[in-house]
Amino acid sequence: MSLLRDMPTLVVAVPLLIGALLLLGLRFWGRSAPWLALIGPLVAVAVGAASLQGGSSGSVRWLAAGDSALTLGYQVDGLSAIMLLVVGVVAACVIVFSIGYMHGDRGFVRYFAILSLFTAAMSGLVIAADLVGIFIGWELVGACSFLLIGFWYEKPAAAEAARKAFMVTRVGDAAMLVGLAILWRATGTLELSAILGSVGSLAPAVVTTAAICLLFGAVGKSAQFPLHIWLPDAMEGPTPVSALIHAATMVAAGVFLIARTWPLFEASPEARMVALVLGTITALGAATVALPQTDIKKVLAYSTISQLGFMFAALGVGAWPVAIFHLVTHAAFKALLFLTSGSVIHGSGTQDLREMGGLRRTMPLTAVAWIIGGLALAGIPPLAGFFSKDEVVGSVLVAAPWAGVALLVASLLTGAYVARATRLAFFGARRGTHEAHESPWTMTVPLAVLSICALGLGFAGPSIAAVLGAESEPLSLGLAALAVGLASAGALGGWLLAADGGAREGAFRPSVAAVWSTARDGYHFDSLVNAGLVRPVTALSRFTDSVLDRGAIDGIAEGLAKLARAAGGLLTRTMNGDGQNYSALVAAGAIVLLCVTIWLVR
Amino acid sequence: MTPLALGCLLISIGLYGLLTRRDIVAVLASIEVMLGGAQLLLATYSAGVTQASAAQGITVIVLATVGAEAAVGLALLVALVRRNRTRTDQIEEVRG
Repeated sequence: MSLLRDMPTLVVAVPLLIGALLLLGLRFWGRSAPWLALIGPLVAVAVGAASLQGGSSGSVRWLAAGDSALTLGYQVDGLSAIMLLVVGVVAACVIVFSIGYMHGDRGFVRYFAILSLFTAAMSGLVIAADLVGIFIGWELVGACSFLLIGFWYEKPAAAEAARKAFMVTRVGDAAMLVGLAILWRATGTLELSAILGSVGSLAPAVVTTAAICLLFGAVGKSAQFPLHIWLPDAMEGPTPVSALIHAATMVAAGVFLIARTWPLFEASPEARMVALVLGTITALGAATVALPQTDIKKVLAYSTISQLGFMFAALGVGAWPVAIFHLVTHAAFKALLFLTSGSVIHGSGTQDLREMGGLRRTMPLTAVAWIIGGLALAGIPPLAGFFSKDEVVGSVLVAAPWAGVALLVASLLTGAYVARATRLAFFGARRGTHEAHESPWTMTVPLAVLSICALGLGFAGPSIAAVLGAESEPLSLGLAALAVGLASAGALGGWLLAADGGAREGAFRPSVAAVWSTARDGYHFDSLVNAGLVRPVTALSRFTDSVLDRGAIDGIAEGLAKLARAAGGLLTRTMNGDGQNYSALVAAGAIVLLCVTIWLVR
Repeated sequence: MTPLALGCLLISIGLYGLLTRRDIVAVLASIEVMLGGAQLLLATYSAGVTQASAAQGITVIVLATVGAEAAVGLALLVALVRRNRTRTDQIEEVRG
């Protein structure tokens, strides 16, 4: 164990090497690829477990230029260890699950290669001891996310979604890079310990600007309002990928980043306020959008955005250990829900809730797993989500009552959309025509593992807080009762809403139906961004392309070429091979020289 | 008429012939006339200089060169006549 504790860089090196090997032998590995790819996450779990009681750190000088150099190092503490465990467990479950889910896919080996690379990048992100390492991991997980969303690149929607995810998160990444530059200028280093140690000596304006820049990087990565638009589209990727990257790990990297750089945020109430406001808006808004979705994965996508909003709200009021606790439990139950939806899609051949129904009879294990995940998400005791969400709501309610109330409403909606999706998919009469079947054991075993996590992780709250070096907040019974009551009421509402396979939703009064479909479209935020941002930028690009680039710059270059050619053409005409013509020119030249000479000696 | 004026006149006549005539024989003759004018100018100037022997030597050498040039020119002329090309605008392509 001490080897694992002292060499945490293995969590990067092993999956990176395996990913490279898999990529080199795309046709060679065949069915052994997933078992090879499984090694990386297992190393992450082992290192994480070995480092829970304190890890190691080290660094090398990198890119030295004169006196200044970037250091690249690792630093495994409680936070890293917890993240490594989360990444490792979820990635392992996802890889095993994918054996069945991706069976027979043309890109089978490529899929596991990228998953392995993702594991390497994500592990690198969480063990990095400086912002350089975090940023490198940050960009690499983004690249892997791009590759996996667009995994079925022949599908135009998938390619488009991959591009969109990449571009939108890039907005946040640009802000983060600016934040890094500000910190570098202010402190001359990007080492976390050095920066965080010198926060007190920096000007408050610098701290706030840097913190807000980092926050926006996190907002992009964690799909918070207003950069949330990429996550629903990212559902075009294979479902296990959504479970790993777009529910459990990568999107949680934003929360991790803020927790990692916490002293910056602690020193900047403004940045915390921005996080609180954005988190609350996101938590409530995404919950309302999740309710009317008809695509089972879109329900989960908006639910993920909403739950990440909960975490940001918790960060905003200073309760970062609570946010991490919710991150851990959310990773378990949301990965479970996503994998279950993958199992549903695999077994029923559709991801449209309206074409499902009654699946509990043909897919009993999947149904049980889904219900466990759903109850955990809704925050019903004693499942994981109850404890963490209760702590989040509790800490927010104390610090900012308005946000706390908004989160309680979001909890109510959470219960509603989970219950609705559950009834539509698993209860009632079978509506689809596809012959549904239970999934193979490689798919149900990971569901079982994650179900156990979703059932039991809630009780790990105090230990997680202890590992993070924070006090665990005692559960407030009154608030817990209120939250459970609201969630149950929401669940009841959602359950009734989904009666008769959603027929009730079709029979809304026009005014309600209008609100319903507006919410389903995410309040048209996408078209708003398209009209307000994408189209003007596209028009500007076209303008610079046609007028500035082709017109002015190419015009100058090509104009010079044309001038030279024209001059050459003129001179060519004198070179016609007529000797007398040449003689005439020589004579003319001589006469000119003669005249010049005469004029000069005059 | 002074020798200087005569030299200039000869060069001018030769240049005029060189540029205007299309007949190769006439062009060659014009070149000879120009050379004659140049020689005359050289000899005339050398008469007023104390060390005239150098200029006169050059004049003699140029005379010999002119003879050689005429031989080469006429040989080319014969070759062109064999190909039935006796006008300057027929020999714009000097290849092959």
